[in-house]
Amino acid sequence: MQSLQKITSRFIPLRIENVDTDQIIPARFLKATTKDGFGKNLFRDWRYENDDETKPKADFVLNQQQYSGAILVAAKNFGCGSSREHAAWSIQDYGFKVVVSSFFADIFKNNALNNGVLPVTVSDAFLQQIFAQGAEETLSVDLEAQTITIDATGAEERFDINAYKKTCILNGYDDIDYLLNMKPEIEAFEKK
Amino acid sequence: MEKTLFEKIWDKHVVKQIEDGPSVVYIDKHFIHEVTSPQAFSGIEKRGIQLFRPKQIVATADHNVPTMQQELPIKDALSKFQVDTLIENCKKHGVELYGLGHKYQGIVHVIGPELGITQPGMTIVCGDSHTSTHGAFGSIAFGIGTSEVEMVFAAQCIMQTKPKVMRINIDGALKNGVVSKDIILYIIAQISASGATGYFVEYAGSAIRALSMEARMTICNMSIEMGARGGMIAPDQTTFDYIKGRLFAPQAADWDHKLAEWSQLYTDADAKFDVEINIKAEDIDPMITYGTNPGMGLSVRGTLPTIESFTDATEKQNYEKALAYMGLTAGQSLLGMPVQNVFIGSCTNSRIEDFRLVASIIKGKQKDPNIKTLVVPGSQEVAKQIKAEGLDKIFAAAGVEIRQAGCSACLGMNEDKIPAGEYCISTSNRNFEGRQGAGARTLLASPLTAAAALLTGKITDIRDILN
Repeated sequence: MQSLQKITSRFIPLRIENVDTDQIIPARFLKATTKDGFGKNLFRDWRYENDDETKPKADFVLNQQQYSGAILVAAKNFGCGSSREHAAWSIQDYGFKVVVSSFFADIFKNNALNNGVLPVTVSDAFLQQIFAQGAEETLSVDLEAQTITIDATGAEERFDINAYKKTCILNGYDDIDYLLNMKPEIEAFEKK
Repeated sequence: MEKTLFEKIWDKHVVKQIEDGPSVVYIDKHFIHEVTSPQAFSGIEKRGIQLFRPKQIVATADHNVPTMQQELPIKDALSKFQVDTLIENCKKHGVELYGLGHKYQGIVHVIGPELGITQPGMTIVCGDSHTSTHGAFGSIAFGIGTSEVEMVFAAQCIMQTKPKVMRINIDGALKNGVVSKDIILYIIAQISASGATGYFVEYAGSAIRALSMEARMTICNMSIEMGARGGMIAPDQTTFDYIKGRLFAPQAADWDHKLAEWSQLYTDADAKFDVEINIKAEDIDPMITYGTNPGMGLSVRGTLPTIESFTDATEKQNYEKALAYMGLTAGQSLLGMPVQNVFIGSCTNSRIEDFRLVASIIKGKQKDPNIKTLVVPGSQEVAKQIKAEGLDKIFAAAGVEIRQAGCSACLGMNEDKIPAGEYCISTSNRNFEGRQGAGARTLLASPLTAAAALLTGKITDIRDILN
């Protein structure tokens, strides 16, 4: 897993609530047997007219030249619906390292964390402040300090993450290494 | 200490509590299917390790499979490769597979209970969000991502933060024409598509106790549609009667031992929930959704919210986006609106009781000539039972073809899709944009409401047919 400590980047504002994982990556793209290459189909049906890559929808934010960056900012209840980890893989493969929202669906949040994509939950008010920024402004996320800052205004908010997951992401560790080291305890538990 | 049902099972399965971190939770049963398992198998192989407890895993092929001519090779090359990969992985790693052509094949959340694999008190996971279905038996069951599938392969455990607990009490008697699908659509419409995020939900009350196991599964199945980690119902005599005698149910002395254990699985009288919601069963009408998330639902006799009823700008914009996608107008009524498709199936409503319900409505009648149907049993066993009861003849006489088992048009990973711009009354669980095919417009409803539309070609209050 890739590690992540600090990032300063422009952001892509997605002012849509209840973004479900079927929109992030439609089911027809789940037929792959590897984790690679999902980024080109991220938000596929919002990005293109009739599934045609030569016809990008001008009103969709990923197609708007002025927006760029490794941070995706979305309205509340991001990642609801299906448990497909392909959603996290497609967000990562597209180039996002951080997703900011005022509310995340549980399974998506776990899937993101398990891939080193950092979900940052902010207050509704802070989210609105981010949305009010221009395309050229940047956000800074510092995982060690657990803060997100709007660089233009200096507005800062602290976000929650449990100490275990924080260590994992800061260092690029994954849960399986941890569990493999626990084998004797798990075997003892099974005998109880 | 007084405990909730959830806490009793959870506490028994915690191998270790990581300080300021998640719990390491032991998993009793792990279901897998072709879509979310291949990357987990390759992950294990890359690490050069073996599956830790392959005997606790059951596999099936359901998401991708065709629902016609299953005896022939799968036409779609990618689907075929994914299903073949599952076969190969199961063989290589010693996992029991009820694949295409096997008499136990079917939707993972239909076959688990039907074969008696799903039992009270268990922890059950699957790389599919509708794993919450199994909670109907008083188990902790929830959907996981592929990294977590790999964790269970590696160590039979996953890392989870303990969720909060919510109880939803539904008391009283349901009105005529109202079934369990309407209960859950009503709940989600009340608390929204994110109303239970962070919670594990227990459904309780006299209206829940009166339901069959299959009806309870429909309710627990859609817990995820309000964001819940899972849903569960305390086991009772209905549960025990359902399990007894099934293929993998405990036998003889083991049965008595298990029964004694299962009888302790209930929420203690003074146990505390973080949130408690009370609903009167008689307030629930036949329900239908009008929008692009399952929380956007109303009584089949209701009218869509007006634009003015939204005060928040983003919410208003989202509502307008949903209306545009669905081709509907704020404030309108849905009753009498023509639909072009009816889908009966999915892990929500594809069990034998669902087919009996539909058959009871369409018996001796003809489907509306303009309606296209996708009617898909949840498993080979359900298909067999449909024939044994002669329901297939009722469907055939009504002009409705019954297909072969699979997830089908619930998510349109196979050929079963709804054409762009057309409406589909669907007994499935999600009305997201494009879920049933690009541009498809899904209206979620009960099997009874779907049966009514089959006959009339439009959105109909089933009570107008029953009376």
